[in-house]
Amino acid sequence: MSEKTLYELSRPGRTATSLPPLDVPEAPLPEEWMRDDLPLPEISEVDLVRHYMRLSQLNHAVDIGFYPLGSCTMKYNPKVNEEAAALPGFVRTHPLQPQETVQGNLQLMWELQKMLAEIGGFDAVSLQPAAGAQGEFAGILIMRSHHRERGQAHRDKILIPDSAHGTNPASTTMSGYRVVQLPSDERGNVDLEALRAQCDDTVAGLMLTNPNTLGLFDEHVEEVCRLVHQCGGLVYGDGANLNALMGVAKPGHLGFDIMHFNLHKTFSTPHGGGGPGSGPVGVRRDLAAHLPGPIVVREGDRYRLEMPEKSIGRVKSFYGNFAVMVKALTYIRMLGEEGLRDVSVTAVLAANYLQERLKKTYPLPYDRRCMHEFVLEGRIPGAPDVRALDVSKRLIDYGFHPPTNYFPLIVREALMIEPTETESRETLDAFAEAMETIAEEARSQPGLLHQAPHRAPVRRLDEVRAARELRLRWEH
Amino acid sequence: MPFVPHTADDRETMLRRVGVASVEELFLDVPEARRFPTLELPPPLSEPEVLAELAQLAHRNWNLDQHPCFLGAGAYNHFVPSVVKHVLSRGEFYTAYTPYQPEVSQGTLQAIFEYQSLICDLTGMDAANASHYDGATALAEALIMALSVHRGRRRKGVISRTVHPEYRQTARTYTQGMGLELTGDEQPGLSLPDLAGIVDEDTAAVVIQVPDFLGAVPSLDEVRLLADAAHQAGALLVVAVNPISLGLLQPPGEYGADIVVGEGQPLGNHLSFGGPYLGFFATRTDHVRRMAGRLVGMTVDLDGNRGYVLTLATREQHIRRERATSNICTNQALNALAAAVYLAAMGPAGLRTVASACYHKAHYAASRVGRLTGYDVLSHRFFHEFVVRCPRPPSEVGGALLAEGIIPGYDLGEAYPELEGCMLLCVTELNTREQIDRLVDVLGAPS
Repeated sequence: MSEKTLYELSRPGRTATSLPPLDVPEAPLPEEWMRDDLPLPEISEVDLVRHYMRLSQLNHAVDIGFYPLGSCTMKYNPKVNEEAAALPGFVRTHPLQPQETVQGNLQLMWELQKMLAEIGGFDAVSLQPAAGAQGEFAGILIMRSHHRERGQAHRDKILIPDSAHGTNPASTTMSGYRVVQLPSDERGNVDLEALRAQCDDTVAGLMLTNPNTLGLFDEHVEEVCRLVHQCGGLVYGDGANLNALMGVAKPGHLGFDIMHFNLHKTFSTPHGGGGPGSGPVGVRRDLAAHLPGPIVVREGDRYRLEMPEKSIGRVKSFYGNFAVMVKALTYIRMLGEEGLRDVSVTAVLAANYLQERLKKTYPLPYDRRCMHEFVLEGRIPGAPDVRALDVSKRLIDYGFHPPTNYFPLIVREALMIEPTETESRETLDAFAEAMETIAEEARSQPGLLHQAPHRAPVRRLDEVRAARELRLRWEH
Repeated sequence: MPFVPHTADDRETMLRRVGVASVEELFLDVPEARRFPTLELPPPLSEPEVLAELAQLAHRNWNLDQHPCFLGAGAYNHFVPSVVKHVLSRGEFYTAYTPYQPEVSQGTLQAIFEYQSLICDLTGMDAANASHYDGATALAEALIMALSVHRGRRRKGVISRTVHPEYRQTARTYTQGMGLELTGDEQPGLSLPDLAGIVDEDTAAVVIQVPDFLGAVPSLDEVRLLADAAHQAGALLVVAVNPISLGLLQPPGEYGADIVVGEGQPLGNHLSFGGPYLGFFATRTDHVRRMAGRLVGMTVDLDGNRGYVLTLATREQHIRRERATSNICTNQALNALAAAVYLAAMGPAGLRTVASACYHKAHYAASRVGRLTGYDVLSHRFFHEFVVRCPRPPSEVGGALLAEGIIPGYDLGEAYPELEGCMLLCVTELNTREQIDRLVDVLGAPS
């Protein structure tokens, strides 16, 4: 039984709002501009609330259960973050208010800039980017700006390992650079020979996800950075996987020149069904002038906004996703140094614990210690017709969100699992048990998996039809 | 330790199962000299302590519950109905991820489908995506889409100077590596017919804002002529629009827009010092496949029941990688949900009431300010923002308002040197007549 749309619930004359009567005289309206038709639905408050409550019940979410979606760091998000971000003193401030009336906001941003720089091992941070992909785009534009300033505009290629996040090549193309893909070696590291072959004076930089999307820490990370620097390029770090590294290693000290942070992953802002996120970007000292801005600077006990001198420009209006910054700061303040390290260490321990158990049932293409996530092959010995997708859909019946499917592209039938630090051992055990049961089912009754999920609000959806007969809006 | 449930026993058991003696052994791949560095961070706080510290920071700000505000300039102080917060705080919505597994994400997917529909209704367009980061980035993506429609063969974007200055800056940042030349906004005074005059065969897009950054609603005939000029040259007309104004005014779909973008914050999203907001983006059916961002489509499941999925994903960067024209990954789904709940709660009557309250109150304020000695209201046809030339520097006028606890309008001098000495005042449905009268009193008081 599907939930009706807002349009089907609409009845002429209903509304869910009440507004005060007009307390000023009316002015003449610009007649030529008046619209006559405003086809919005008309719904009472109770029907509206019930509609959204029913919709909410059709979702899986971290607050409901385990969500081991690899590369997405779906950890539990402390509720105190929401309380802090909802304080009227934050929520009810306008971004263009005179700066003397928002010193609290500016101080918070300044402190967060400093804390992120410390955690990442960088010298300066801009909080402006609104998402990881935007921080990454800003990072490549910083490289571009840096090279142009030094008369190196001929550098036109960015090196990207095949184990990098999918947004990396897209951000590169948007910045006007060409992408050169680097293969991984048999241990899942960047192939050093392939890298050396590409290192010439056309290299603008290298984008490295470390730990990479196989969940592996590159064993030659310092050598990789050295080779790129030697030929005049810069190294960009994709910070989406920072959850493995807080207090474990500082990317800036490993040789990265630029990195973005995903506040909505590592620093515990809920993802909201697709956003908002926040993707601050950190750089080493000599790149600070190129940061997107404005950023916050301190003068005595006053804080003010300033555009970095050679800034690549602004990447959005205002200063970034402020409410997300409040949540990140709250989280960092509650954990401190030891707490953050404990988060990363525990996330890595949990991933290794699951990997160790599950590799007995599912092929593990790179049998090494993993960081905070790992990638299995969703191919089960003795069940040739069963694919990673079938395993995933069957997991739904056991109450778990499926792992990431078919990513990274370099693993066949990839199942990418990220347990995070916030799941108890009982939850990890229950998940492993479900995965093992599914492997049994795959051999004994594969049809059960092909038809799964059986206990979800809907059964498998026809995605081909959705793309062929595009229905992107309600037709009145 | 908060937020990590593992006991010492759990850790021991897990280490044993992994086959290592200590957690340090898990990190042997990290260069030894770099392993476990010191983090210079302040000592950790308990929950009550952290709340007290943040409340103290929040307290240092002036907030709009306590101070009347006449500031807009791209972020607007509107009423957020209680139902919006209530729906958004449902953990099933706000702790879910991007709906990659449709069977367990129907709530988010249907909510986005409805959001897309509502944005189409509001703008008069055929298709909307699931949101961009904000109005500025939506505009930048509109230009990139126009480049893509012309397969990179056109290199020029004509943009009005009255498009939000930060949107224009963002568009320039975004396209700096794409060889796009943005023109039309460098010098003051270019009218819509002047813009039409510089559209040529190399123009990919023409961009205007309605109401514009200065609050003005242009002549509808001139907008139509500009649309015709753009289309005759084969360029797309991009219109940035304030969604609240669409409670009263003609939707851009009616006057020739090919892409409509805007800042969705006024629709049920708090000001929150500039973010998170959402950019809405709508277009005509012909261009759907060139639109960046996520799209939700309606389909059926194995039993023929209605359901929703992310669709046209082949446009996306995790599949096209270096061929993708956009890197959008995270969007602003929760803010889009707020916009949808807001529009549904308001309905046509509510949105009209909000829009007309903004309009009438702003005009009341303008007529009263215009009668003050030394003040000159420069705006004629406007929605809820207007330009006033002040008898003293706007910083001084603003100082006088601040001294009375009122948040002043936007000083136009920096972004528009030709408007040095002018302030942009904004009035919404939340400004009472009493607040407006007080504003007028303070402005009119001798310095």
